[in-house]
Amino acid sequence: MSSKKIIEHSQAATHFNKDVERVNWHDETLWFVREKRDKSAHQIPDWELLRETASQIKNNVLSNIHDYLIEFEANAQKNGIIVHWAADAKQHNEIVHSIMAKHDVKQMVKSKSMLTEECHLNDYLAEKGIEVIDSDLGEYIVQLRKEPPSHIVLPAIHLKKEDVSETFHEHLGTEKGNIDPQYLTESARLSLRNTFLTRKVALTGVNFAIAETGEIVVCTNEGNADMGAHLADVHIASMGFEKLIPERKHLGVFLRLLARSATGQPITTFSSHFKKPRDGKEIHIVIVDNGRSTQLGREDFRNSLKCIRCGACMNTCPVYRRSGGHSYHNAVAGPIGSILAPNLDMSKNADLPFASTLCGSCTNVCPVKIDIHDQLYKWRQVLVKEGHTPTSKTIAMNTMAKVLANPTIFNIAGKSGRFVMKNIPGLVNNKMNKWYDQREMPDVPEESFREWYKKNSREAKAKDNE
Amino acid sequence: MSSKADILNKIKQNQPAFITDLPDLNLLSSENADVLATYKTVLQNIGGDLVEVASYAEILDYIKKNYALEKRIITTISELSEIASLDWTSDDPHSLADVELNVIKAHFGVAENSALWVTDDVLGQRISPFIAQYLAIIVHKNDILATMHQAYERIGNQQYGFGTFIAGPSKTADIEQSLVLGAHGARGLIVFMLD
Amino acid sequence: MKIGLFIPCYVDQFYPKVGIATYELLQKLDCDVHFPMGQTCCGQPMANSGYQYLTKGCDANFIANFAGFDYIVCPSGSCVLHVKEHLHDQNQEEVAAEMRRKVFELTEFITDILKVDSIHGNFPYRVGMHVSCHGQRGLKLSQMTELNAPFFSKPEQLLHNIKGLDLVSLSRKDECCGFGGTFCVTEEAVSVKMGQDRIKDHENQHVDYITGGDMSCLMHLEGILKRQKSPIKTIHIAEILNSLGN
Repeated sequence: MSSKKIIEHSQAATHFNKDVERVNWHDETLWFVREKRDKSAHQIPDWELLRETASQIKNNVLSNIHDYLIEFEANAQKNGIIVHWAADAKQHNEIVHSIMAKHDVKQMVKSKSMLTEECHLNDYLAEKGIEVIDSDLGEYIVQLRKEPPSHIVLPAIHLKKEDVSETFHEHLGTEKGNIDPQYLTESARLSLRNTFLTRKVALTGVNFAIAETGEIVVCTNEGNADMGAHLADVHIASMGFEKLIPERKHLGVFLRLLARSATGQPITTFSSHFKKPRDGKEIHIVIVDNGRSTQLGREDFRNSLKCIRCGACMNTCPVYRRSGGHSYHNAVAGPIGSILAPNLDMSKNADLPFASTLCGSCTNVCPVKIDIHDQLYKWRQVLVKEGHTPTSKTIAMNTMAKVLANPTIFNIAGKSGRFVMKNIPGLVNNKMNKWYDQREMPDVPEESFREWYKKNSREAKAKDNE
Repeated sequence: MSSKADILNKIKQNQPAFITDLPDLNLLSSENADVLATYKTVLQNIGGDLVEVASYAEILDYIKKNYALEKRIITTISELSEIASLDWTSDDPHSLADVELNVIKAHFGVAENSALWVTDDVLGQRISPFIAQYLAIIVHKNDILATMHQAYERIGNQQYGFGTFIAGPSKTADIEQSLVLGAHGARGLIVFMLD
Repeated sequence: MKIGLFIPCYVDQFYPKVGIATYELLQKLDCDVHFPMGQTCCGQPMANSGYQYLTKGCDANFIANFAGFDYIVCPSGSCVLHVKEHLHDQNQEEVAAEMRRKVFELTEFITDILKVDSIHGNFPYRVGMHVSCHGQRGLKLSQMTELNAPFFSKPEQLLHNIKGLDLVSLSRKDECCGFGGTFCVTEEAVSVKMGQDRIKDHENQHVDYITGGDMSCLMHLEGILKRQKSPIKTIHIAEILNSLGN
């Protein structure tokens, strides 16, 4: 994965847009989710106050996270949970593997965890001879297809039922051409039930970790996290350290926001609170940094760590809906992914903050009020300063800045060729003017406004009448 | 482990200099004119069924009429021993794979999302509400709260090893956003609302 | 009340009629309007591309041109938002701060400062309103569909007394058109698709015109409409509000 050459967002998006019908379908499907979110949010009179409250809780967490982590670890240990700390993805994967090795287990069932996607855990364990089966239906589908998820909440949203039908026919032996979602889901249920019943280690993500009690909360609709965890001897829960919240009662705020923002449901089917392991069994929590402490130190980008991974910003993003999750080449796609990814690797992800019109819809749907579009703007400034933009663009921008700062030159340039529009094409690494591909240029009027004004303004007329 | 110290040190260096205040949760209104009506509507919307009953006898009647009694039914409620077994709680959880129906009792329900709060003392085994093909949950009418804020007030510092909110049957929409009930957990949820 | 008329660079060069309509409309509303001849561009094309550090010259030029006005009014929410958020001058920061407060988008200037809630005009057409993101989500010219909050729209409010104007209701009331500054060429495929989809929404309502407060969005939509040989035309809201003539 990580060794593969990155295809830039714009290029991947161009490819995605070759199939217009499919783009329309993708856009409409995700817009439908956004509409469900609106309907659900608009039924809560206190919705905006709820967002503000959640935002303030998360601000408090980020300002005191050092102490909360210590409190959380102590309480979790009191509850009989084993806590591990991983500085980066590599350490996380090694810790998970060491737990597997200690129990001499070669198979794992896993529920949705974007963190393990971020750490490329599956690939790592595969190299160690360990088989991982993803049990969330969407993740199961993409795993069979050897693809990454394209959305953090709806991992297979880029696929149509015909695609799933083919994949299941190949891997599960379902009837060829049977595209009924009920039938396909039932087939996966039967296959995965057998998996749940035979795995000794289950890994889950963590939605919330409560400092006050040392418990973790995992939310699913399918019940797959619970099926895995309650049947296994060992439950490993991987979490980024920003998943902490101070007190149990704060869950009331977050559980009201999470599913409504994600899919428009009033709550996920299951919101499971794991506090102590079953008798004789183990719960391990792996607390992961992997760049988060660096992001915590970037004042402008710090509050991206408030994210509760609802995916609302993706569903509302007009660019995401028309370019697909894979075009973001990052475990977390869409607007939130575009402000998280540069922290991990600026040069690899320098294109992402530019994959936005800065329309601001993401910021408005965010349940914890992350100023996503402002951060996209700020990342652009950082990336330019750090030298992650093509030289041609920098040269064009310098020329533009000089002309626009000087009215005399501007007027000459304006007259001779409508400066701004003519120069925008110079900003792309392409000799062709991309404006023209599917658009006409505006007609050039006989005179500019300032030329008209010189002749027709009140002052000019008054002068004429003198 | 040294990673822990490293991570915590870096966090301490990088976190904001001042701790911001926690908000006042009491500002969030939680009144609801008719919690029962809301509860019923929401449950229906998320694919659950509701039956109002006056007694355990009525629950027994309902189950006898609507479920295949020859299949395995389990419960933790002694009043239901006539149709369900009670002696499974210390068995290997894998042995519950063939359970058709599990009947349990919730501590309380929440009107705004129809979720029911259950903990390991009423579950018998943690896996029980997930592994059964069908799930029935009994809740008292007086135990329906308006919102999640009251729910956590009620939970307070209740001690449990495991607790979960259950809202409706397990479901997925991962194939083209088509809703399918019965993903990995129960295919159907019936809530017996007890007088 | 002395008004400095701030006309976006591309409007000056490509859409003088929008500048003229704005100028005439403000005069009709009894404003003393002046267009400082030395103005160029607010610097947004550079800033949104990540080159905000190159906009100091633009800022200085803007401040030199617009000093001494009671208000600065501009027929573009996007340019106004840029000035409001990013106009700075190390040597005279108070002047810059004062200007950030005094700069207004045309329709909000009419409703909030001039306190005019309706303008008479005549425009007998079916019209779709394209809500531009920077004006809406940045300047809060109208309510945003994401929020659980009451509806309002300053531009729509002004259109209410335009005779014959039939304002349609769109299925996606405030989706971005995909212009996005340099995004329109760096992400050409998505930009055009977004524009096409916006147009489709208006087409479904059988509009004669698409109007809006930002000519940049309209220029992008117009470019696509013309390529499609569509009969739908674009028109800036200032032109509609000024439709009664002198």
